[in-house]
Amino acid sequence: MSDPKEYEDIPGTFVFDADRSRQGYHLNMFCISLRLQESRDAFKADPEAYLATYPMSEEQAQAVRDRAWNRMLELGGNIYYTAKLAANDGITFQELAALMTHMGSEDYRKMMFEGGRSIEGNRSKSEWEDK
Amino acid sequence: MAKVHAGVGCSHVPAIGVAMDSGITGQDYWKPVFAGFEKSREWMKENKPDVIFLVYNDHCTAFSAEVIPTFALGCAAEFQPADEGWGPRPVPVVKGHPRLASHIAQSVILDEFDLTIMNKMEVDHGLTVPLSVMFGEVEDEWPCQVIPLAVNVVQYPPPTGNRCYNLGKAVRRAIDSYDEDINVMIFGTGGMSHQLQAERAGLINPEFDKRFLDLLTEDPVAGSQITHLEYMREAGSEGIEMVMWYVMRGALNDDVEEIHRHYHVPASNTAVGHIILENR
Repeated sequence: MSDPKEYEDIPGTFVFDADRSRQGYHLNMFCISLRLQESRDAFKADPEAYLATYPMSEEQAQAVRDRAWNRMLELGGNIYYTAKLAANDGITFQELAALMTHMGSEDYRKMMFEGGRSIEGNRSKSEWEDK
Repeated sequence: MAKVHAGVGCSHVPAIGVAMDSGITGQDYWKPVFAGFEKSREWMKENKPDVIFLVYNDHCTAFSAEVIPTFALGCAAEFQPADEGWGPRPVPVVKGHPRLASHIAQSVILDEFDLTIMNKMEVDHGLTVPLSVMFGEVEDEWPCQVIPLAVNVVQYPPPTGNRCYNLGKAVRRAIDSYDEDINVMIFGTGGMSHQLQAERAGLINPEFDKRFLDLLTEDPVAGSQITHLEYMREAGSEGIEMVMWYVMRGALNDDVEEIHRHYHVPASNTAVGHIILENR
């Protein structure tokens, strides 16, 4: 069998594997709870009290407070879950993508309209070393 | 006996559903996306299925992080469109085909594919968007029954392309042995290249997508061997969901005719791909 985590070489990517899933369980359960209006209302009424009902790590809770989208992924969050927190904030999926890439929404939208991010230069972390 | 005549591969980008639900498909941004489905809608009328076996993935809607089945087969009589956080899509309830679904479950489990059986399940855009693009706007009900097969592609690893291909073959054997004269169509959905997360978000790889579609039609055995690493590196971390098209391909004959192909970039963050294959 090849190196089971060869995918860690893909730049700018957090593969949501079993380890990240385990680490991010409570963070992701918090995020997905916001699919429902009553949860969104409770979170809005008292964010800290609502967050405290999910036993995530302090680092994860801080990433939520900071809306540090990439940090959440690094700490075990998954994009389909964190997108529910973004939606709760009124951020669309495409705006969320723009935030994670540190591009402005207009620039990101333009890049997508012109064919998206090229694969060239984006396959391996070794290609990102100078970034 | 039941017959499988054709398969459909199709993206299930949520923004496509939003565009249809909000009536903006005529806008310049969306026109080229939908133009590629005009022929498909005509073809659907001419080849109207009794049942669609629809392979898709749930986006943490019916399944949260609590339960993550690799393959979950919908055996219920109906499936409600889910509220994904902005209200359910305004589309009809999806009617199942419990008798055929339970026949497939029994057959493929004895064929050594250990499915999870779902007797109650909500369905999200992953299932309803492909129905919408292929049928167009519908009024009170979908034109046919649907058997959903939800595949985990959210938590790594999803099933391999090879596993999906072989499951498709087992599904075909099950349908071929079903004792009712009905026409069953197979849908494989998801893709094409896209990455929704982190700094590499927005990745699109048309060369990979074209090769994927070529292999799907002409050399599915080779295509089913595309590794997870290659999908994630070349087609984006979310592009890996294209393995689901291989369940559809496995359920068709080895020899198929490509009736239609459509490819467009972008729809939101994603390359849209679509193919119609008929058994030869």
